[in-house]
Amino acid sequence: MVTSKSRGHVVIDTEECKGCELCVEACPSSVLYSSDEFNTHGYHPAAYKGEGCTGCGICFYTCPEPGAMTVYKRWDLMTDTAECPRCGGEYKVFHTDEKPEVLVCTNCLKPIQEKVIPIR
Amino acid sequence: MNTILKKSDSFYDVYERRPGADKLTTTYCPGCGHGVLHKLIAEALDDFGVREKTIFISPVGCSVFAYYYFHTGNVQVAHGRAPAVATGIKRAHPHSVVISYQGDGDLAAIGTAEIMHAANRGEGITVFFVNNAIYGMTGGQMAPTTLIGQKTMTSPRGRTVNNEGFPICMSEIIATLKAPVFVERVMIGDTKSTMHARQTVRKALKLQIEKNAFTFIEVLAACPSNMKMTPSRSRQWVKEVLADYFPLGVKKDVSGEFERKDLSRMVVKNSELHDALNIETAKVDSEKIAPYREKIINEEIKIAGFGGQGVLSLGTVLSEMSMRHNYEVSWLPSYGPEMRGGTANCSVKISKKKIGSPLVANPTILIAMNRPSLDKFEHDVISGGLIIYDDSLIDRKPTRDDVDVIAIPATKIADELGNTKAANMIIVGALIEYKNLMSQEVVLESLGDVLKRKNLVELNQKAILRGAEFIKNLKK
Ligand SMILES: Cc1ncc(C[n+]2csc(CCOP(=O)(O)OP(=O)(O)O)c2C)c(N)n1
Ligand code: SF4
Ligand code: SF4
Repeated sequence: MVTSKSRGHVVIDTEECKGCELCVEACPSSVLYSSDEFNTHGYHPAAYKGEGCTGCGICFYTCPEPGAMTVYKRWDLMTDTAECPRCGGEYKVFHTDEKPEVLVCTNCLKPIQEKVIPIR
Repeated sequence: MNTILKKSDSFYDVYERRPGADKLTTTYCPGCGHGVLHKLIAEALDDFGVREKTIFISPVGCSVFAYYYFHTGNVQVAHGRAPAVATGIKRAHPHSVVISYQGDGDLAAIGTAEIMHAANRGEGITVFFVNNAIYGMTGGQMAPTTLIGQKTMTSPRGRTVNNEGFPICMSEIIATLKAPVFVERVMIGDTKSTMHARQTVRKALKLQIEKNAFTFIEVLAACPSNMKMTPSRSRQWVKEVLADYFPLGVKKDVSGEFERKDLSRMVVKNSELHDALNIETAKVDSEKIAPYREKIINEEIKIAGFGGQGVLSLGTVLSEMSMRHNYEVSWLPSYGPEMRGGTANCSVKISKKKIGSPLVANPTILIAMNRPSLDKFEHDVISGGLIIYDDSLIDRKPTRDDVDVIAIPATKIADELGNTKAANMIIVGALIEYKNLMSQEVVLESLGDVLKRKNLVELNQKAILRGAEFIKNLKK
């Protein structure tokens, strides 16, 4: 899935997305789409095609929900798949630019070395 | 820009204040402009490191619950009053960052006066004004910003100039005032305009943080629900139709030459206060007030009668004398529109502790100088309180049996002294004696400093003595 075209990465919290589709329309790379699935609120959340995100951040600023969209601007800084101690699953972790030693889970969005807090 | 664009720390992780099961999403409709503006503000607060000193004022309107989301100080205020509350908060906390967040119904209809005057005073606050051309929360009624021809719940055939006037251009109005430093209208329409709005939000907040400048940012935004459009279509409408009537751009910017506004609080020294009020505390013999130093006093007094009976000056004399005993005091008059006659009352608080509010709702002492006053306030007196009434004018007894009652023919005694107007001082004398509130000697000595008409000092001293005498006889 990870290709050289993917300079960024976007994670959508499907439960926070209200399906307004503004990001789908705004994404200049057309890598977002409206999912056929329903979330628990009955909306069709936006979804990422899985590759091609440039990390431009346009979807983030288009989206009205504070927590629905997270954009990682430096896909190349991601490590290999690892297990996140917080959410348990296997997820990509991401070195931040500011603090290279901190790893961030792309799923729960938390730095993984800190004290484990319950996942929402 | 940050490496990760994620939910700002200036938002709560979980919206605990939001009732119900869903504590992760906002109450805004899909595609609503409020959410985007919230994000731009929160991001700026994060980036400038001011979250902890920010106080966010939520209005009435769809953003009434902004305090569910913003992890800042929060106050939710009455409709339209955000700039007034922001004024108070900024003045009390000059180092804080105060945001007045308002809709167009809130700011341009019910709150027009508040925003005009806050802007005119150039309060050091940042105003975010969301213009979505409608009353969102209440279901799409016409706003002052509703466009000509636009159909709303309350303009079902479309707004007309003849009937409702022109849509009001708040940014242009605010920009005509002298004090505002930076006024701009932006929109959340497409990517480009939103990113520009982001810069503007940051500039405005920065101007407050660095210079305490008043800034006013109008944000054209979509309300898809009430426009009855898809989110996408509604943003297009904002861009093509709303922004056509409300031109975007900087309306005023004097931020370059504006010098930081000094908001340090003016601290008034006690001695200056005493000079201004003409109180010579030094003259009070500390020996004489010594017995009252340890006395625990917490009286809330309502004094009522008709205008001309000296009800207000009864209150001022009590207050002045209390100050001379180093009590905390407040005095609050209330009178009808008539210059003479009519009813008047005042509230006096005398306390050992600092007084928060001068209002007296349930007096510990009621002084009723005419019948309507007794009728009106008798039932407000706390159980165990005291009612003093002038029985030369009031033809009935109080009905309460859970309070102390003193009937004193103050007006009649004053007549005997040769001046009906001294009735109020007779009551002062009686009250002081009955409650042992203060030193009679100090009161008599200071009367000359307190009363404006010096030729009446002697008469009033006599009146105070007669009042005290009346109580002494009662006690016998
Ligand atoms: C004193 C008072 N008057 C009227 C109302 C009813 N009311 C609630 S929200 C609202 C309109 C808000 O519209 P706007 O400021 O445009 O905000 P929006 O909902 O569009 O964001 C009104 C009139 C109220 N709550 N309080
Ligand atoms: S960051 Fe840019 S490219 Fe990536 S999904 Fe969002 S809008 Fe598309
Ligand atoms: S009614 Fe309009 S302003 Fe209110 S939340 Fe919905 S879209 Fe936003």
